[in-house]
Amino acid sequence: MNFTLLVVVLITAIALVAIALGVARFISPRSFNGQKGEAYECGIPTRGKSWMQFKVGYYLFAILFLMFDVETVYLFPWAVIVKETGVDGLYCILFFMAVLILGLAYAWKKGALEWK
Amino acid sequence: MFDFSVITGWVDRMLRSFLPEEATVLVEFVMIGVAILLGYAVIALVLIYTERRVCAFFQCRVGPNRVGPWGLTQSFADMIKMLTKELITINNVDRFLFNLAPFIVIIASVISFSCLPFAKGLELIDFNVGAFFVMAVSSMGIVGILLAGWSSNNKYSLIGAMRSGAQMISYELSIGMSILTIIVFTDTAQLSLIVANQADGWFIFKGHVPAFIAFMIYLIAGTAETNRGPFDLPEADSELTAGYHTEYSGMHFGFFYLAEYLNMFIVAGMATTLFLGGWMPLYIPGWDGFNRAMDFIPSLFWFLGKTGVLIFIMMWFKWTFPRLRIDQLLTLEWKYLLPINLVNMFVMVMVVVFEWHW
Repeated sequence: MNFTLLVVVLITAIALVAIALGVARFISPRSFNGQKGEAYECGIPTRGKSWMQFKVGYYLFAILFLMFDVETVYLFPWAVIVKETGVDGLYCILFFMAVLILGLAYAWKKGALEWK
Repeated sequence: MFDFSVITGWVDRMLRSFLPEEATVLVEFVMIGVAILLGYAVIALVLIYTERRVCAFFQCRVGPNRVGPWGLTQSFADMIKMLTKELITINNVDRFLFNLAPFIVIIASVISFSCLPFAKGLELIDFNVGAFFVMAVSSMGIVGILLAGWSSNNKYSLIGAMRSGAQMISYELSIGMSILTIIVFTDTAQLSLIVANQADGWFIFKGHVPAFIAFMIYLIAGTAETNRGPFDLPEADSELTAGYHTEYSGMHFGFFYLAEYLNMFIVAGMATTLFLGGWMPLYIPGWDGFNRAMDFIPSLFWFLGKTGVLIFIMMWFKWTFPRLRIDQLLTLEWKYLLPINLVNMFVMVMVVVFEWHW
Protein backbone atom coordinates (compact mmCIF):
# COMPACT_ATOMS: atom_id res chain seq x y z
CA MET A 1 0.00 0.00 0.00
CA ASN A 2 2.76 2.42 0.92
CA PHE A 3 4.52 1.87 -2.38
CA THR A 4 1.32 2.40 -4.33
CA LEU A 5 0.83 5.67 -2.47
CA LEU A 6 4.41 6.60 -3.22
CA VAL A 7 3.73 6.18 -6.94
CA VAL A 8 0.56 8.28 -6.58
CA VAL A 9 2.52 11.06 -4.88
CA LEU A 10 5.26 10.83 -7.51
CA ILE A 11 2.71 11.21 -10.31
CA THR A 12 1.13 14.11 -8.44
CA ALA A 13 4.46 15.89 -8.19
CA ILE A 14 5.26 15.38 -11.86
CA ALA A 15 1.75 16.52 -12.81
CA LEU A 16 2.10 19.68 -10.69
CA VAL A 17 5.25 20.77 -12.51
CA ALA A 18 4.11 19.66 -15.95
CA ILE A 19 0.68 21.29 -15.74
CA ALA A 20 1.96 24.55 -14.25
CA LEU A 21 4.69 24.82 -16.89
CA GLY A 22 2.18 23.95 -19.61
CA VAL A 23 -0.21 26.66 -18.44
CA ALA A 24 2.64 29.13 -18.16
CA ARG A 25 3.83 28.38 -21.69
CA PHE A 26 0.29 28.77 -22.95
CA ILE A 27 -0.61 32.11 -21.34
CA SER A 28 2.76 33.82 -21.10
CA PRO A 29 3.80 36.40 -23.70
CA ARG A 30 6.67 35.77 -26.11
CA SER A 31 9.13 38.24 -27.48
CA PHE A 32 12.35 37.78 -29.39
CA ASN A 33 15.50 39.69 -28.78
CA GLY A 34 19.13 38.75 -29.32
CA GLN A 35 20.16 40.09 -25.92
CA LYS A 36 17.75 37.83 -24.11
CA GLY A 37 19.62 34.67 -25.00
CA GLU A 38 22.81 35.74 -23.29
CA ALA A 39 23.84 34.54 -19.85
CA TYR A 40 23.30 37.11 -17.13
CA GLU A 41 26.66 37.64 -15.49
CA CYS A 42 26.13 41.08 -13.99
CA GLY A 43 25.48 42.67 -17.39
CA ILE A 44 29.02 42.18 -18.67
CA PRO A 45 29.43 40.11 -21.86
CA THR A 46 30.39 36.53 -21.03
CA ARG A 47 33.99 35.51 -21.54
CA GLY A 48 34.94 31.92 -22.25
CA LYS A 49 32.93 28.82 -21.50
CA SER A 50 31.15 28.08 -18.25
CA TRP A 51 31.82 24.35 -18.34
CA MET A 52 35.41 24.44 -17.28
CA GLN A 53 37.81 23.05 -14.70
CA PHE A 54 36.67 23.68 -11.18
CA LYS A 55 38.14 23.96 -7.72
CA VAL A 56 39.11 20.56 -6.33
CA GLY A 57 38.14 21.46 -2.76
CA TYR A 58 34.49 20.74 -3.44
CA TYR A 59 35.22 17.22 -4.67
CA LEU A 60 37.39 16.46 -1.66
CA PHE A 61 34.44 17.19 0.61
CA ALA A 62 32.22 15.08 -1.62
CA ILE A 63 34.56 12.11 -1.17
CA LEU A 64 34.63 12.58 2.61
CA PHE A 65 30.86 12.83 2.56
CA LEU A 66 30.60 9.55 0.70
CA MET A 67 32.55 7.78 3.43
CA PHE A 68 30.42 9.14 6.25
CA ASP A 69 27.10 8.86 4.49
CA VAL A 70 27.60 5.18 3.71
CA GLU A 71 28.53 4.77 7.36
CA THR A 72 25.23 6.38 8.38
CA VAL A 73 23.41 3.95 6.09
CA TYR A 74 25.11 1.05 7.87
CA LEU A 75 24.27 2.48 11.29
CA PHE A 76 20.52 2.73 10.63
CA PRO A 77 19.76 -1.04 10.76
CA TRP A 78 21.74 -1.33 13.98
CA ALA A 79 20.04 1.72 15.52
CA VAL A 80 16.58 0.13 15.46
CA ILE A 81 17.75 -3.00 17.33
CA VAL A 82 20.30 -1.43 19.64
CA LYS A 83 18.48 -2.71 22.77
CA GLU A 84 18.42 -6.31 21.50
CA THR A 85 22.07 -6.49 20.46
CA GLY A 86 23.09 -4.75 23.67
CA VAL A 87 26.73 -4.60 24.71
CA ASP A 88 28.03 -7.03 22.06
CA GLY A 89 26.53 -4.96 19.28
CA LEU A 90 27.96 -1.84 20.85
CA TYR A 91 31.51 -3.25 20.76
CA CYS A 92 31.16 -4.26 17.10
CA ILE A 93 29.88 -0.82 16.16
CA LEU A 94 32.60 0.86 18.22
CA PHE A 95 35.23 -1.04 16.21
CA PHE A 96 33.49 -0.08 12.97
CA MET A 97 33.34 3.56 14.03
CA ALA A 98 36.94 3.59 15.25
CA VAL A 99 38.15 2.77 11.73
CA LEU A 100 36.08 5.61 10.30
CA ILE A 101 37.10 8.09 12.97
CA LEU A 102 40.74 7.18 12.23
CA GLY A 103 39.98 8.04 8.62
CA LEU A 104 38.53 11.41 9.62
CA ALA A 105 41.49 12.08 11.90
CA TYR A 106 43.87 11.26 9.04
CA ALA A 107 42.01 13.60 6.68
CA TRP A 108 42.04 16.30 9.35
CA LYS A 109 45.78 15.86 9.97
CA LYS A 110 46.54 15.93 6.24
CA GLY A 111 44.69 19.22 5.96
CA ALA A 112 41.85 17.93 3.78
CA LEU A 113 39.37 19.83 5.95
CA GLU A 114 41.08 23.18 5.37
CA TRP A 115 39.64 25.39 2.66
CA LYS A 116 42.53 26.45 0.48
CA MET B 1 -8.52 13.50 20.81
CA PHE B 2 -10.04 13.65 17.33
CA ASP B 3 -8.88 10.89 14.98
CA PHE B 4 -8.66 11.78 11.29
CA SER B 5 -9.10 8.16 10.24
CA VAL B 6 -12.81 8.66 11.11
CA ILE B 7 -13.13 11.05 8.17
CA THR B 8 -11.02 9.00 5.77
CA GLY B 9 -12.84 5.80 6.75
CA TRP B 10 -16.21 7.48 6.25
CA VAL B 11 -15.21 8.75 2.78
CA ASP B 12 -13.95 5.28 1.90
CA ARG B 13 -17.20 3.56 2.98
CA MET B 14 -19.34 6.17 1.23
CA LEU B 15 -17.46 5.74 -2.04
CA ARG B 16 -17.59 1.95 -1.80
CA SER B 17 -21.35 2.06 -1.28
CA PHE B 18 -22.07 3.29 -4.80
CA LEU B 19 -18.88 2.69 -6.81
CA PRO B 20 -17.17 -0.53 -7.89
CA GLU B 21 -13.84 -1.49 -6.28
CA GLU B 22 -11.47 -0.17 -8.98
CA ALA B 23 -13.31 3.12 -9.36
CA THR B 24 -13.19 3.66 -5.60
CA VAL B 25 -9.44 3.18 -5.51
CA LEU B 26 -9.00 5.50 -8.48
CA VAL B 27 -11.18 8.23 -6.96
CA GLU B 28 -9.33 7.94 -3.66
CA PHE B 29 -5.96 8.29 -5.41
CA VAL B 30 -7.17 11.41 -7.19
CA MET B 31 -8.44 12.80 -3.89
CA ILE B 32 -5.08 12.10 -2.25
CA GLY B 33 -3.27 13.87 -5.08
CA VAL B 34 -5.54 16.91 -4.87
CA ALA B 35 -5.23 17.04 -1.08
CA ILE B 36 -1.43 16.94 -1.27
CA LEU B 37 -1.29 19.66 -3.89
CA LEU B 38 -3.70 21.84 -1.90
CA GLY B 39 -1.74 21.41 1.31
CA TYR B 40 1.53 21.99 -0.50
CA ALA B 41 0.36 25.15 -2.23
CA VAL B 42 -1.42 26.63 0.80
CA ILE B 43 1.57 26.04 3.08
CA ALA B 44 3.93 27.56 0.52
CA LEU B 45 1.76 30.67 0.08
CA VAL B 46 1.37 31.13 3.84
CA LEU B 47 5.10 30.68 4.41
CA ILE B 48 6.06 33.17 1.71
CA TYR B 49 3.69 35.77 3.17
CA THR B 50 4.91 35.08 6.71
CA GLU B 51 8.54 35.30 5.71
CA ARG B 52 8.03 38.71 4.10
CA ARG B 53 6.06 40.07 7.05
CA VAL B 54 8.46 38.67 9.65
CA CYS B 55 11.48 39.96 7.79
CA ALA B 56 9.84 43.39 7.48
CA PHE B 57 9.11 43.56 11.20
CA PHE B 58 12.68 42.52 12.04
CA GLN B 59 13.90 45.42 9.92
CA CYS B 60 11.34 47.95 11.25
CA ARG B 61 9.44 48.01 7.94
CA VAL B 62 5.78 47.24 7.23
CA GLY B 63 6.08 44.61 4.51
CA PRO B 64 3.36 43.74 2.01
CA ASN B 65 0.11 45.36 3.23
CA ARG B 66 -1.77 46.56 0.14
CA VAL B 67 -3.21 43.47 -1.57
CA GLY B 68 -6.18 42.33 0.49
CA PRO B 69 -6.52 42.86 4.25
CA TRP B 70 -3.01 43.16 5.79
CA GLY B 71 -1.62 42.10 2.43
CA LEU B 72 -2.86 38.56 2.95
CA THR B 73 -3.42 37.81 -0.74
CA GLN B 74 -0.04 39.20 -1.79
CA SER B 75 1.63 35.84 -2.31
CA PHE B 76 -1.39 34.58 -4.25
CA ALA B 77 -1.09 37.61 -6.56
CA ASP B 78 2.62 36.89 -6.92
CA MET B 79 1.87 33.33 -7.94
CA ILE B 80 -0.48 34.49 -10.71
CA LYS B 81 2.08 37.01 -11.88
CA MET B 82 4.73 34.32 -12.03
CA LEU B 83 2.46 32.08 -14.10
CA THR B 84 2.06 34.81 -16.71
CA LYS B 85 5.78 35.48 -17.14
CA GLU B 86 7.72 34.25 -20.13
CA LEU B 87 9.87 31.15 -19.65
CA ILE B 88 13.21 32.19 -21.09
CA THR B 89 15.76 29.58 -22.08
CA ILE B 90 19.06 31.22 -22.90
CA ASN B 91 21.45 30.14 -25.64
CA ASN B 92 23.76 27.18 -25.20
CA VAL B 93 22.09 25.66 -22.14
CA ASP B 94 21.84 21.91 -21.80
CA ARG B 95 18.12 21.94 -22.57
CA PHE B 96 17.17 18.55 -21.23
CA LEU B 97 18.87 18.98 -17.87
CA PHE B 98 17.74 22.61 -17.65
CA ASN B 99 14.11 21.52 -17.90
CA LEU B 100 14.61 18.43 -15.74
CA ALA B 101 16.01 20.28 -12.72
CA PRO B 102 12.73 21.83 -11.44
CA PHE B 103 11.06 18.43 -11.72
CA ILE B 104 13.64 16.76 -9.49
CA VAL B 105 13.56 19.54 -6.91
CA ILE B 106 9.75 19.47 -6.69
CA ILE B 107 9.50 15.66 -6.68
CA ALA B 108 11.95 15.46 -3.78
CA SER B 109 10.06 17.99 -1.72
CA VAL B 110 6.55 16.70 -2.48
CA ILE B 111 7.47 13.12 -1.55
CA SER B 112 9.14 14.07 1.70
CA PHE B 113 6.21 16.41 2.44
CA SER B 114 3.74 13.54 2.10
CA CYS B 115 5.72 11.40 4.56
CA LEU B 116 5.15 13.72 7.52
CA PRO B 117 2.62 12.59 10.14
CA PHE B 118 0.40 15.66 10.28
CA ALA B 119 -2.19 14.59 12.81
CA LYS B 120 -3.69 11.59 14.51
CA GLY B 121 -4.69 9.24 11.69
CA LEU B 122 -3.39 11.60 9.03
CA GLU B 123 -0.22 9.88 7.82
CA LEU B 124 -0.10 9.21 4.12
CA ILE B 125 3.12 7.32 3.43
CA ASP B 126 4.21 5.51 6.56
CA PHE B 127 7.18 3.23 5.88
CA ASN B 128 8.84 1.29 8.66
CA VAL B 129 12.03 3.08 7.60
CA GLY B 130 10.24 6.44 7.46
CA ALA B 131 12.91 8.66 9.01
CA PHE B 132 15.57 7.18 6.76
CA PHE B 133 13.30 7.47 3.74
CA VAL B 134 12.62 11.17 4.32
CA MET B 135 16.35 11.79 4.69
CA ALA B 136 17.13 9.88 1.50
CA VAL B 137 14.42 11.54 -0.60
CA SER B 138 15.07 15.06 0.59
CA SER B 139 18.75 14.68 -0.28
CA MET B 140 17.66 13.97 -3.85
CA GLY B 141 16.91 17.71 -4.12
CA ILE B 142 20.67 18.34 -4.20
CA VAL B 143 20.82 16.59 -7.56
CA GLY B 144 18.21 18.99 -8.93
CA ILE B 145 20.12 22.02 -7.68
CA LEU B 146 23.42 20.75 -9.09
CA LEU B 147 21.77 20.07 -12.45
CA ALA B 148 20.18 23.52 -12.45
CA GLY B 149 23.48 25.24 -11.84
CA TRP B 150 25.50 23.11 -14.20
CA SER B 151 23.09 23.19 -17.14
CA SER B 152 22.56 26.97 -17.03
CA ASN B 153 25.85 27.74 -18.78
CA ASN B 154 26.45 30.61 -16.37
CA LYS B 155 29.52 30.86 -14.17
CA TYR B 156 27.65 32.26 -11.20
CA SER B 157 25.09 29.47 -11.39
CA LEU B 158 27.87 26.92 -11.50
CA ILE B 159 29.61 28.40 -8.45
CA GLY B 160 26.29 28.59 -6.62
CA ALA B 161 25.44 25.00 -7.41
CA MET B 162 28.87 23.75 -6.35
CA ARG B 163 28.67 25.64 -3.08
CA SER B 164 25.19 24.34 -2.55
CA GLY B 165 26.30 20.77 -3.21
CA ALA B 166 29.26 20.99 -0.82
CA GLN B 167 27.12 22.60 1.87
CA MET B 168 24.09 20.34 1.59
CA ILE B 169 26.00 17.07 1.51
CA SER B 170 28.09 18.17 4.48
CA TYR B 171 25.12 19.10 6.62
CA GLU B 172 23.27 15.99 5.49
CA LEU B 173 25.64 14.06 7.77
CA SER B 174 24.63 16.04 10.83
CA ILE B 175 20.97 15.57 10.04
CA GLY B 176 21.47 11.83 9.65
CA MET B 177 23.38 11.56 12.93
CA SER B 178 20.76 13.55 14.84
CA ILE B 179 18.01 11.33 13.45
CA LEU B 180 20.10 8.28 14.42
CA THR B 181 20.38 9.54 17.98
CA ILE B 182 16.60 9.57 18.28
CA ILE B 183 16.17 6.20 16.53
CA VAL B 184 18.63 4.62 18.94
CA PHE B 185 16.53 5.95 21.80
CA THR B 186 13.14 4.98 20.40
CA ASP B 187 13.90 1.63 18.71
CA THR B 188 11.96 2.36 15.55
CA ALA B 189 12.33 4.41 12.38
CA GLN B 190 8.62 4.52 11.56
CA LEU B 191 7.47 8.11 11.94
CA SER B 192 4.02 7.26 13.29
CA LEU B 193 5.55 4.99 15.96
CA ILE B 194 8.12 7.63 16.86
CA VAL B 195 5.23 10.00 17.52
CA ALA B 196 3.31 7.31 19.45
CA ASN B 197 6.36 6.69 21.67
CA GLN B 198 6.24 10.32 22.75
CA ALA B 199 2.78 10.05 24.30
CA ASP B 200 4.23 10.22 27.82
CA GLY B 201 6.72 13.01 27.15
CA TRP B 202 8.45 14.57 24.18
CA PHE B 203 11.90 13.23 23.36
CA ILE B 204 13.48 16.60 24.01
CA PHE B 205 12.39 16.19 27.66
CA LYS B 206 12.48 12.41 27.89
CA GLY B 207 15.71 11.84 25.98
CA HIS B 208 18.03 13.38 28.59
CA VAL B 209 20.85 15.70 27.49
CA PRO B 210 21.83 13.90 24.23
CA ALA B 211 18.39 14.45 22.72
CA PHE B 212 18.61 18.16 23.45
CA ILE B 213 22.06 18.44 21.86
CA ALA B 214 20.81 16.44 18.87
CA PHE B 215 17.88 18.85 18.54
CA MET B 216 20.19 21.87 18.52
CA ILE B 217 22.43 20.28 15.90
CA TYR B 218 19.41 19.27 13.83
CA LEU B 219 18.12 22.84 13.85
CA ILE B 220 21.48 24.27 12.74
CA ALA B 221 22.03 21.60 10.11
CA GLY B 222 18.43 21.90 8.92
CA THR B 223 18.83 25.64 8.39
CA ALA B 224 21.95 24.95 6.37
CA GLU B 225 20.21 22.17 4.45
CA THR B 226 17.52 24.56 3.22
CA ASN B 227 20.14 27.05 2.00
CA ARG B 228 18.76 29.77 4.22
CA GLY B 229 19.71 32.12 6.92
CA PRO B 230 23.37 32.59 7.68
CA PHE B 231 24.07 29.65 5.35
CA ASP B 232 22.69 31.19 2.13
CA LEU B 233 26.01 31.05 0.27
CA PRO B 234 24.57 29.21 -2.76
CA GLU B 235 22.37 32.17 -3.60
CA ALA B 236 24.38 34.94 -1.99
CA ASP B 237 22.72 37.83 -3.82
CA SER B 238 25.60 40.23 -3.33
CA GLU B 239 28.18 37.87 -4.85
CA LEU B 240 26.42 35.50 -7.24
CA THR B 241 23.32 37.48 -8.42
CA ALA B 242 20.97 34.61 -7.54
CA GLY B 243 23.14 31.50 -7.46
CA TYR B 244 21.93 28.33 -9.11
CA HIS B 245 18.61 29.73 -10.36
CA THR B 246 19.96 32.90 -11.99
CA GLU B 247 18.95 31.81 -15.49
CA TYR B 248 15.52 30.50 -14.55
CA SER B 249 12.55 32.78 -15.10
CA GLY B 250 8.81 32.74 -14.56
CA MET B 251 7.34 29.51 -13.27
CA HIS B 252 10.68 27.68 -13.58
CA PHE B 253 12.06 30.00 -10.93
CA GLY B 254 8.78 29.74 -9.03
CA PHE B 255 9.36 26.04 -8.46
CA PHE B 256 12.77 26.56 -6.92
CA TYR B 257 11.26 29.23 -4.70
CA LEU B 258 8.36 26.94 -3.74
CA ALA B 259 10.68 24.04 -2.97
CA GLU B 260 12.89 26.22 -0.82
CA TYR B 261 9.99 27.22 1.43
CA LEU B 262 8.55 23.73 1.54
CA ASN B 263 11.95 22.32 2.47
CA MET B 264 11.96 24.68 5.41
CA PHE B 265 8.56 23.30 6.39
CA ILE B 266 9.77 19.71 5.98
CA VAL B 267 12.87 20.29 8.10
CA ALA B 268 10.78 21.94 10.82
CA GLY B 269 8.15 19.22 10.54
CA MET B 270 10.73 16.47 10.91
CA ALA B 271 12.22 18.26 13.93
CA THR B 272 8.73 18.44 15.41
CA THR B 273 8.12 14.75 14.76
CA LEU B 274 11.44 13.57 16.12
CA PHE B 275 12.02 15.86 19.07
CA LEU B 276 8.90 17.82 19.96
CA GLY B 277 6.36 15.02 20.02
CA GLY B 278 4.77 15.40 16.59
CA TRP B 279 1.06 15.98 17.05
CA MET B 280 1.13 14.97 20.73
CA PRO B 281 -0.18 17.66 23.08
CA LEU B 282 1.93 19.06 25.88
CA TYR B 283 1.34 17.16 29.11
CA ILE B 284 2.69 18.14 32.49
CA PRO B 285 2.74 15.18 34.91
CA GLY B 286 0.40 15.73 37.82
CA TRP B 287 -1.59 18.59 36.31
CA ASP B 288 -4.71 16.64 35.37
CA GLY B 289 -6.94 19.62 34.58
CA PHE B 290 -4.28 21.15 32.38
CA ASN B 291 -3.69 17.85 30.53
CA ARG B 292 -7.44 17.44 30.00
CA ALA B 293 -7.65 20.95 28.55
CA MET B 294 -4.72 20.30 26.21
CA ASP B 295 -6.57 17.28 24.79
CA PHE B 296 -9.25 19.56 23.37
CA ILE B 297 -6.82 21.26 20.97
CA PRO B 298 -6.91 19.24 17.70
CA SER B 299 -3.77 17.30 16.87
CA LEU B 300 -3.33 19.06 13.52
CA PHE B 301 -3.05 22.39 15.34
CA TRP B 302 -0.41 20.97 17.64
CA PHE B 303 1.69 19.81 14.71
CA LEU B 304 1.31 23.03 12.74
CA GLY B 305 1.85 25.14 15.85
CA LYS B 306 5.12 23.47 16.81
CA THR B 307 6.31 23.51 13.22
CA GLY B 308 5.38 27.19 12.98
CA VAL B 309 7.42 28.03 16.07
CA LEU B 310 10.45 26.23 14.60
CA ILE B 311 9.98 28.00 11.26
CA PHE B 312 9.84 31.32 13.08
CA ILE B 313 13.13 30.46 14.80
CA MET B 314 14.68 29.66 11.41
CA MET B 315 13.48 32.99 10.04
CA TRP B 316 14.89 34.66 13.12
CA PHE B 317 18.29 33.06 12.32
CA LYS B 318 18.12 34.40 8.80
CA TRP B 319 17.48 38.00 9.72
CA THR B 320 19.84 38.09 12.69
CA PHE B 321 23.13 36.48 11.70
CA PRO B 322 25.46 37.68 8.95
CA ARG B 323 26.36 35.25 6.18
CA LEU B 324 29.20 32.79 6.78
CA ARG B 325 32.18 32.31 4.49
CA ILE B 326 32.55 28.94 2.82
CA ASP B 327 35.59 27.93 4.86
CA GLN B 328 33.79 28.86 8.10
CA LEU B 329 30.77 26.91 6.92
CA LEU B 330 32.72 23.73 6.26
CA THR B 331 34.80 24.12 9.42
CA LEU B 332 31.62 24.41 11.48
CA GLU B 333 30.31 21.17 10.06
CA TRP B 334 33.38 18.97 9.82
CA LYS B 335 35.35 20.14 12.85
CA TYR B 336 32.57 20.94 15.29
CA LEU B 337 29.14 19.51 14.51
CA LEU B 338 30.28 16.10 13.20
CA PRO B 339 32.61 15.17 16.11
CA ILE B 340 30.11 16.53 18.66
CA ASN B 341 27.38 14.55 16.97
CA LEU B 342 29.37 11.29 16.97
CA VAL B 343 30.16 11.62 20.67
CA ASN B 344 26.58 12.64 21.40
CA MET B 345 25.25 9.60 19.60
CA PHE B 346 27.47 7.30 21.63
CA VAL B 347 26.37 8.91 24.86
CA MET B 348 22.82 8.14 23.76
CA VAL B 349 23.78 4.53 22.98
CA MET B 350 25.34 4.21 26.44
CA VAL B 351 22.16 5.60 27.98
CA VAL B 352 20.10 3.01 26.12
CA VAL B 353 22.38 -0.03 26.48
CA PHE B 354 23.42 0.45 30.12
CA GLU B 355 20.07 2.02 31.05
CA TRP B 356 21.38 5.19 32.59
CA HIS B 357 17.94 6.63 33.12
CA TRP B 358 17.59 9.11 35.90
